[in-house]
Amino acid sequence: MSDNLIELVDIEKHFGPVIALNGVSVSVKAGECHCLLGDNGAGKSTFIKTMSGVHKPTKGKILMDGKEVNFNSPRDAMEAGIATVYQDLAMIPLMSVTRNFWMGREPQKRFGPFKFFDFAQANEVTMTEMAKMGIHLRSPDQAVGTLSGGERQTVAISRAVFFGAKVLILDEPTSALGVRQTSNVLATIDKVRQKGIGVVFITHNVRHAMAVGDRFTVLNRGKTLGTALRGDIKAEELQDLMAGGQELAELEGSLGGTI
Amino acid sequence: MAETQSAAAPQKDERIREMSPMRKALIRPELGAICGTILVFMFFLGIASDSGMFSPEGIINWGTVSAQFAIIAVGACLLMIAGEFDLSVGSMIGFSGIIIALISVQWGYPVWVGILVAFAMALAIGALNGYLVVKTGLPSFIVTLAFLYILRGLTIFISIATTRKTIIGGVREVAEGDPIAWLFGGKVFSGLFVWLADLGIVGKFVAGPKAGQPVVEGIPMLMIWAVILIVFGHLLLTRTRFGNWIFAAGGDAQAARYVGVPVNRVKILMFMFTAFCATIFATCQVMEFGSAAADRGLLKEFEAIISVVIGGALLTGGYGSVVGAALGALIFGVVQQGLFFAGVESSLFRVFLGVILLLAVILNTYIRRMITGER
Repeated sequence: MSDNLIELVDIEKHFGPVIALNGVSVSVKAGECHCLLGDNGAGKSTFIKTMSGVHKPTKGKILMDGKEVNFNSPRDAMEAGIATVYQDLAMIPLMSVTRNFWMGREPQKRFGPFKFFDFAQANEVTMTEMAKMGIHLRSPDQAVGTLSGGERQTVAISRAVFFGAKVLILDEPTSALGVRQTSNVLATIDKVRQKGIGVVFITHNVRHAMAVGDRFTVLNRGKTLGTALRGDIKAEELQDLMAGGQELAELEGSLGGTI
Repeated sequence: MAETQSAAAPQKDERIREMSPMRKALIRPELGAICGTILVFMFFLGIASDSGMFSPEGIINWGTVSAQFAIIAVGACLLMIAGEFDLSVGSMIGFSGIIIALISVQWGYPVWVGILVAFAMALAIGALNGYLVVKTGLPSFIVTLAFLYILRGLTIFISIATTRKTIIGGVREVAEGDPIAWLFGGKVFSGLFVWLADLGIVGKFVAGPKAGQPVVEGIPMLMIWAVILIVFGHLLLTRTRFGNWIFAAGGDAQAARYVGVPVNRVKILMFMFTAFCATIFATCQVMEFGSAAADRGLLKEFEAIISVVIGGALLTGGYGSVVGAALGALIFGVVQQGLFFAGVESSLFRVFLGVILLLAVILNTYIRRMITGER
């Protein structure tokens, strides 16, 4: 148990009369990619928002390195080493790559009584970190809007890694991407995992999950349907669990097993 | 997978064209405003160069008007980049002016007390504006539109209820020797202009009570304030951490919050800064005219916003430039006074302004797309 970076036990989250999460338990180890699968409305988003400090759980415990923690804000979670990369909110397209990369943590340089944004250092680090992830920028003051979707995800991921994330939560990073971009992002996840960071990969695409996942947890209607290790479970079984089993089996029959 | 990745990521992307340094230097948010400024100056050099528009006193004339626009444009610019509007700027100008005149002339306190109270009230109202916008999530357009009416109404009411007039005069007399008032109404570098006049570069009055004195007394403090605010705003926006937060708050407030940017604080502070700029404008105007009137500052909010938009800022926030806004204000001032120098019918000013606004915005949209990859 002690090798878990973070462990969430029996998390419940109620929004008024709606029970969004009804006892979800997930743990993440260093250097593993834990895939969280679930169909729309399964509670994936609520769960990661609880994990990243946006929501406070109604019931349940969050343990980091075996000690119970309470996050009052996303800032708290970030300081504890939990970084979240949201699908559509990862980057601000109108701003430059450097400005995005350092947003919220700008390096400063003293000049008399004033403190200024240290662009020389910020640009250099940004270029180096981007190159490590295989993105060669034309210039660090290039606007993020000129990058592709996959590149934006990669900038967000390398930003999180650079700022010392221990747990990296990726919210559907591949769902809006093309084939080539998806494989780039999956390769980035692999690189991040090799650095010893625990990755939580949220997706509803079983193929993407199977490509990089070490463990798989399926959420359905606010509950965990269990966690499986890589090799113990087949893609079809994951797919069935996600959809709640029987209906999809029927559908799949009529579609010739192509989903 | 790692190997395929490194093979698939060549040093240079063949689909990104190299940009020439010339093109790179040109493609900036202020380009539209720079072109506009050059065009406007060329136009007036052509039609009004013999009218005294470009003599020292002519320059002070349109320079002062431009500086007025610039002071409120800097505030509006930073606020717009932070993603919000303030339509109560004009009413704020009238309100602050009346407060200063009431306290100093009507109630007999020193002028500096009036100025400080006006600034304190303006900052409080700015903060209230910002707080309401941030807490209710309503568009700032609506919230500040409400304040446009509330403040204007209050200003007229207070003024009539206490003095039975909407204009309060006599401020200049009570401001004599005041420790703060000269910061807004004074003129600096008058020695320089005496010297220039002795050299014959600046003309002298030949008759009247001021005979022998240079026609330009000095640089009005209004211009000094404009320069200070432009430099401050530009450095704050482009060179500091807080500047990055301003861009982030306007670019995508939610994304900024997720990485820990205190978006609400940034927005409230920018509303306060806009109110602060409006009060600087009001104080300078009260000191210059020696009076305050409840209807001062009418339509100033739109003039500020137009300057900012000519300067290349995006109406929806997250993009813009203080230097651009300052150039927008310069264009505004030069056109307004230049048409007067050129002897053109003054109603044509609005036609001219509308045309410039349209051209600048079209050019700006094109430039912004090139920079940000927007589609």
